Amino acid sequence: MRIVSESIKPFELRNELIDSAAGAYVGFEGWVRNHNDGQEVYHLEYEVYEFLAVKEGEKVISEAKERHPILRADCVHRSGLLEIGECAVWVGVISAHRDEAFAACRYIIDEIKTRLPIWKKEYYSNGDSGWVNCERCATHEQKAAS
Amino acid sequence: MKKKITVRYFAVFREQSGLAQELVTMEADTARDVFHGLKDRHGFGEPIGHCKVAINDELSDWDAIVNDGDTVFLFPPVAGG
Repeated sequence: MRIVSESIKPFELRNELIDSAAGAYVGFEGWVRNHNDGQEVYHLEYEVYEFLAVKEGEKVISEAKERHPILRADCVHRSGLLEIGECAVWVGVISAHRDEAFAACRYIIDEIKTRLPIWKKEYYSNGDSGWVNCERCATHEQKAAS
Repeated sequence: MKKKITVRYFAVFREQSGLAQELVTMEADTARDVFHGLKDRHGFGEPIGHCKVAINDELSDWDAIVNDGDTVFLFPPVAGG
């Protein structure tokens, strides 16, 4: 598990996993899209508490290995300012057969999204901004801005 | 007995409090007490059930005991990925 402030390069990360015992590689890339909840997103920013994000991310990867017979798994998440289309998170899993690689990859990305101390702030084209998953915070911000 | 606790804030909590961290002296048995003791002062509107807490760099739960000298990390709703 790594947190990086520079661009994620999925192909290079995939190559780090190569193993002659693997018959399957499943990779997931989360990209920055240009809209959310009906608003046009201009760019976004991730704030990460790195120490605990890495620790909890390693725990998630270990859990995936306990649940599914995979060979290896890894995850890299961005911090800082990201533009539309950039890769925000990468998960890669290798295994002998595809079923367990798909399942482990799904487990890892789902847990990463809800357990790691990572926060996403979206900046909208109308000049507003808001923290994702934080409804009252967003309301607070809009009131403060108006 | 009052305890000295270092509290660290992230994301919207850091913005709303205007602080990355502060040293507070307060009556608090649990992490929940710390959160409730500070939320009004800093205007935190998010329900505690949507938030997470860590004590001394260990993810914890709201009923965990806080001791004098501990560092409590208050995490607003997370949104990785």
